[in-house]
Amino acid sequence: MPNASAKAEHLSTASLRALGDALALRSKIASSLRRAFESAGFLETETPVGILAPAPEEYIEAPGAGSFFLRTSPELQMKRLLAAGMERIYQLGPCFRAGESGTKHRPEFTMLEYYMAGADYLELLDFTKSFLCGICSALYGSHRFHFGNGVIDIDKLEIIPVREAFRRFAGEDADRCAAEEAHFEYVLVDRVEPALPKDRPCVLLDYPIRFGAFARPKASDPTLAERWEIYMGGIELANAYGELIDPVIQRARFRQFAETRKKMHLAEYPEPAAFLEAIDAGIPPCAGAALGFDRLVMLFADRQDIAEVSFPLDS
Amino acid sequence: MYSAADLKKGLKIEIEGIPYAITEFEFCKPGKGTALYRCKLKNLINGSTMDRTFRPVDKVDTPNLEEKEMFYSYHDGNNYIFSDAETYEEIQVSAEQLGDKVYFLIDNMTCNVLFFNGKPIDITLPTFITRVVAETEPGARGDTASTNVQKPAKLDNGYELMVPLFINQGDTIKVDTRTGLYAERVSKG
Repeated sequence: MPNASAKAEHLSTASLRALGDALALRSKIASSLRRAFESAGFLETETPVGILAPAPEEYIEAPGAGSFFLRTSPELQMKRLLAAGMERIYQLGPCFRAGESGTKHRPEFTMLEYYMAGADYLELLDFTKSFLCGICSALYGSHRFHFGNGVIDIDKLEIIPVREAFRRFAGEDADRCAAEEAHFEYVLVDRVEPALPKDRPCVLLDYPIRFGAFARPKASDPTLAERWEIYMGGIELANAYGELIDPVIQRARFRQFAETRKKMHLAEYPEPAAFLEAIDAGIPPCAGAALGFDRLVMLFADRQDIAEVSFPLDS
Repeated sequence: MYSAADLKKGLKIEIEGIPYAITEFEFCKPGKGTALYRCKLKNLINGSTMDRTFRPVDKVDTPNLEEKEMFYSYHDGNNYIFSDAETYEEIQVSAEQLGDKVYFLIDNMTCNVLFFNGKPIDITLPTFITRVVAETEPGARGDTASTNVQKPAKLDNGYELMVPLFINQGDTIKVDTRTGLYAERVSKG
């Protein structure tokens, strides 16, 4: 090699070549997804990556970019499209979360976000299961695939209510855990997640209301939020809500999150005015989900590290 | 004192008076929740492992660990005596603490001794030692170069291990002190 920079370039080209198979699989999965959404009548949408007002959340940080923020999710913009009359929409694109880095996290990652007007969160789960089966069939000819030391059978999908999961796997009361700062997450990560069956997708259903930022309260039990999370092979793959469309509750939650952020000395976000205008005008009853696309590729590519399925980030 | 955000693979910490090394580290962030750090810990005193999850608010003690270069001096009948290379200050280590390492000690060998609160808890020997094979059956198939088939052998200090068929009594071999396994032949006897 003539010089150091040429050598570095050679190394980075070699590392990309090593990623080649995973990137090809990534492309196949994206095509399968788009086909599944199109045949279910979804429109692919594009909304801005640079936004003025990120969704106020307690534990998610938007990186700044000049006078803008980089979006942590396209949620608020897509809900404006729902308010404008689009009924089935999805988006596959980059999102950003400052400070999140690990084998299942990257500060820039690809999110699949989708909304269905007129559907509830369980119908959205059915649709989610069907497109997961579709991708698996396209890749491997069945609804089963190898991951880690085992096989995951998507047809065996199991729904476990959060309260039951906490009781069964941790001997804890989920609501009591939720009342104590960070304790719910602690028990979830320390005892519940590791105990979830690994041979099937597991869906944790109905979270204590505090953990449903944009979820509506369950009609039959308002102490619970209409929310599910699907896990495969121990990986948290997607989060879904029966979306909150009540402007009064939404404003109250935003205020509460802004206060928590202030208490934790986190950046203040401007009020998402255009979104609040949309929710005032009326968002139709709907369910929505956000799925970590890189993690989906990890699963189908049988890789344990997000870096093995994604183009390397500049560092 | 470490805060949870300082934790990473390889860091040594103290919990309830016991020093641990973090052998696996995972950043976790359950959807919409606070960040957590899932770790696998290795007890530096007895080698056992355990899982532990830390919350962002958790504080973790810094263990009082010190590593010192010392050399092996002698066996006093009960204990093994190591000396500080500079001050010649001596420490005693029991055979139980050393385990199989007692077979790999050679007079004046330089070792790294890990101290916790002033007490030696681990000794790292040079990776390889050479010793003479005192006893082994002649290889059944002669002087084959194959290392796949092995036979038992006893070293000049009584340590027993498996060696390739081509090793003969009187040969000098290298042993990996981390695993206790045969590494290579140095010279024929």
